[in-house]
Amino acid sequence: MGSTTLHRRVLLPIAIGGIAALTLAACSGGGGPAGDGPGDRGEADGVVTIYGTIADTEAELLEQSWADWETENDIDIQYESSKQFEAEIGSRAQAGDTPDLAIFPQPGLLGDLADRGYVQPAPEGVADNVAEGWSEDWAGYATVNDTLYGAPLMASVKGFVWYSPSQFEENGWEVPQTWDEMLALSQTIADTGEKPWCAGFGSDAATGWPGTDWVEDLVLREAGPDVYDQWVENEVPFTDPAIKTAFESVGEILLNPDYVNAGYGDVTTINSTPFGDPATALVDGDCALHHQASFYDGFISDAGGEVAEDGDIWAFLTPGTEAGASAVTGGGEIVAAFSNDEDTIAVQEYLSSADWANSRVSLGGVISANKGLDPANASSGILTQAIEILQDENTTFRFDASDLMPGAVGSGTFFKGMVAWVNGDDLDTVLEQIEAGWPSE
Amino acid sequence: MKDLLSAIGKLPPLAQIPIVILLFLAAAALVLFLIEIAPRKGRTYTIIRAVACILIPVAVFLLLGSVWWAAAVAAVLGGVFFVLDYRQKEGTGYLFALAGFLAPAFVLLVIGLVYPTIQTLINSFLSSRGNFIGFDNFVWIFSSENNLVTIRNTIIWVLVVPIVSTAIGLAYAVFIDRSRGERFFKALVFMPMAISFVGASIIFRFIYAYREEGQSQYGLLNQIVVWFGGSPVNWLQQVPLNSFLLMVVLIWVQTGFAMVILSAAIKGVPAEQMEAAQLDGTNAWQRFWNVTIPGISSSLVVVITTISIASLKVFDIVRTMGMAYPDTGVIANDMVSLLQNFETGRSSAFAVILFLLVLPIVIFNARQIQKQREIR
Repeated sequence: MGSTTLHRRVLLPIAIGGIAALTLAACSGGGGPAGDGPGDRGEADGVVTIYGTIADTEAELLEQSWADWETENDIDIQYESSKQFEAEIGSRAQAGDTPDLAIFPQPGLLGDLADRGYVQPAPEGVADNVAEGWSEDWAGYATVNDTLYGAPLMASVKGFVWYSPSQFEENGWEVPQTWDEMLALSQTIADTGEKPWCAGFGSDAATGWPGTDWVEDLVLREAGPDVYDQWVENEVPFTDPAIKTAFESVGEILLNPDYVNAGYGDVTTINSTPFGDPATALVDGDCALHHQASFYDGFISDAGGEVAEDGDIWAFLTPGTEAGASAVTGGGEIVAAFSNDEDTIAVQEYLSSADWANSRVSLGGVISANKGLDPANASSGILTQAIEILQDENTTFRFDASDLMPGAVGSGTFFKGMVAWVNGDDLDTVLEQIEAGWPSE
Repeated sequence: MKDLLSAIGKLPPLAQIPIVILLFLAAAALVLFLIEIAPRKGRTYTIIRAVACILIPVAVFLLLGSVWWAAAVAAVLGGVFFVLDYRQKEGTGYLFALAGFLAPAFVLLVIGLVYPTIQTLINSFLSSRGNFIGFDNFVWIFSSENNLVTIRNTIIWVLVVPIVSTAIGLAYAVFIDRSRGERFFKALVFMPMAISFVGASIIFRFIYAYREEGQSQYGLLNQIVVWFGGSPVNWLQQVPLNSFLLMVVLIWVQTGFAMVILSAAIKGVPAEQMEAAQLDGTNAWQRFWNVTIPGISSSLVVVITTISIASLKVFDIVRTMGMAYPDTGVIANDMVSLLQNFETGRSSAFAVILFLLVLPIVIFNARQIQKQREIR
C-alpha cells in the first residue's frame, strides 16, 4: 500500500463520483417548479395523461368513449384513476408532478388549485364549446375569479328518492308531491312495523358525503336559490337559522329511529354503512325509500334490480315544500388542464364538445348537461328524465354546495359534521364545528 | 421508473409476479454483494468499489429521477468506501476521513430534517395564503372542541399503547424464556409485525363489525356475544371505548416488537447475578424486579421510546377504521386532511404541537442514555 496507490484509490472514486453527479445534474430537466403559474408546460409528444376519480367499469366506458377519436387524431390518451384523487391532486400539484388533464369532481377543488396558479386557463376552443354547449350556471362552475379554467364533462342530478313501484302499488302508497306528504308516507310505512328509509354515509376518507346532499336539497327547497348561493359563499354561515332549519328537516327523517336504518340497524349505522350497500337492501325489499343521485341507477343494476317505471325500482325527485316546485341540485365533473401543449388542448376541446357527450352517454349509465346532447341516447328512463330536467328552461339548477365550497369545508368539516350529527352530537355544536373549517382567507 | 412499473403493470398478473420477485432478488443480491466486498483489501475490490460509487448513483437517478437523491447516495457511498479503504490507518488522515464519513449524513440531516422543521415552524405562523397571522392558527386549534378531542386522543394513544404493549411483551418474554418451543411462541407473537397497519386495521374492522340484532353477524366479537346470548353491540360507536379498540390494533402489532427486543435483553442478564440473588434467598418476583429489570433497563427505554413515537405518528389505523365513528381523530390524521385541503398553516400548527408532544420523550431518552454512560 504505497501512498501513490492510496492517492489514486481515494481520489479516483471521488473524482468519478463528482463528474457523474455533475453530468446527472446537467442532464436533469423536468417540469417547471410548482406554483410558477400557467406557462408553457407539457410537450406535444402524442401522449396525453388524464387523471380522475372515475374507476372500474366507468373508467373502461370512458376510455371506450374516446377510442375512435384517438385513432383518428393519432393521440394516445392515458387515463389513470384513483379513489384518492381529491387527496392526491393537491399534493401532486404542490410537488409539480401533474397530469396533463385532470377531471375534477368538485369545482371547489379546481378553485383551490386555480387560485394558486397551478391550472391553465381554458384554451379558446374550449371556451367556445362552453359558450355553445352549457348554460351560464354550468360555465360559472368552471370559472374562478372571472377566468374560465375548463369545461364540464358529465353530470348527475341529485336528490332522487328511489323506491319500488310494485311495493307502492301493493300497499296503495302514493308518490309524495310535497315534503310533508313524504313525512306522512314515512309515518304510514313505519306504522306497518317496517322502517321506511335506508341510508349509507360510508365512503372511506370521504365518509359523510351522502348526508351533505340531503342538507343541500333541503336548503334549496326550503330557503331558496338565493340563500343557497349565499351559503356557498359563506355569506350565510352554517350557523344561520336557514341552514339549521334544513338540518332539522333532514333530521326528521334521518335521526328518527322509527324511520332508519332499514335493514342495517339504528341511526348510527348510517355512518358505517357504505353508500353503495343500500342498493341491495332496496332490491331485496328490506327498505322502501333511499335518497341518492341519478348515478345510483348503475348500483341498482349491479345489485340485480331493473330500473324502470314499471320495473323493480324507480325514483321520484325529493319534493319541495309545495307541489310542482322544480329546484334540483346536481353534480358533475370539470376537466381542467395542467399542461398547454397542442395535444392536450386538442383532447380538452374534444372532451368539451357535444360529440364526446353523445359518444359517452350512448354507452350508458351517465348523463351530461351539454345542450347538444340527445336525451334519446341515455341508457335508462331515469337518465332520460334527468337530462330533460337539466335541459328544461324552468328548472332551477344548483350545483352540489359541498363541491363548490373550499375543500377544507366542502370535503372536510362538512363531511365530518354530518358524521358527528348522525352520531348524536348536538346540532348547534356540529354547525359551529363545520363553520370553523372555513379558511381564514 | 414509472415507465418500467407501468410497463410491468400492463402484463398479465401471472407474468408480473416472477418479474417483481426477480427484480427484488436482484436488488437484494446487489446489496449483499456490496456489503460482502466492502471491507476487503486488494486492487480488484477497490476498482469494484469505485465502479459501484458511480453506477449506483446513476441507477438511483434513473429510478427516482431525482438529482438530489443521486447526489446524496453518491456522497454516502463515496464517504463509506473511502473510510473503509482508509480505516486501518489512524493518524494524520484520520480527522479528514472522519469528516468525509460524517459529512454526507450531516448534509442529509440538514436537507431532510432541519430545513423542513424550520419551514414547518414558519408555516404555522402563516395563513394558507402565506400571510403572517401570528398565533391565529394555534388559536383556531385550541378554540375548537373537535381539535381538543384530537389532541387529547393523541396523548391517550401515547400513554396507553407503549405501556400496555411493553408490559405484555415483557411478561410474555419472561414466561417463555428458556421454555420448550420458545421459538414457536415467539414467532406467534412476532407475526403481526409483518402486517401493515392498514391490513391489520381491516382485520380488526371485521372483528368489530356490527349488524343489527336478528341478522347474521359477520363480526367475530359480536358473533361471540350472540353465542353467549347477548345482543350485538356497535363497538366502534361507543365513546370512549372506540379509541381504545383502535389502540388494540397498534398494541397487537407492537407487542411482538417489544417481546423480541426484551427477550434478547433478558438473555443478556448475567447468570452469576441471578445465582447470587438465588443464594441470598430471594423469590422469583424479587429477582425479577431487582435483577432482571435493572439489567434490561436500557432496552426497556429503547422499546418504550420506539413505540411511543409510533403511537404519536398513528394515522393509518384511524384513517382505515375510525372515519365513520365519533371522537376517534388523532393529530396526524387531521394534519394530513388539512394539508390536502391546502390549509398549510393550520396543518403546520398541528405539526408543531405534535413536535412539542415528542419533545419530552426525546429529552427523557437523552437523559437515560447519559445516566447509563455515567454508570459505565
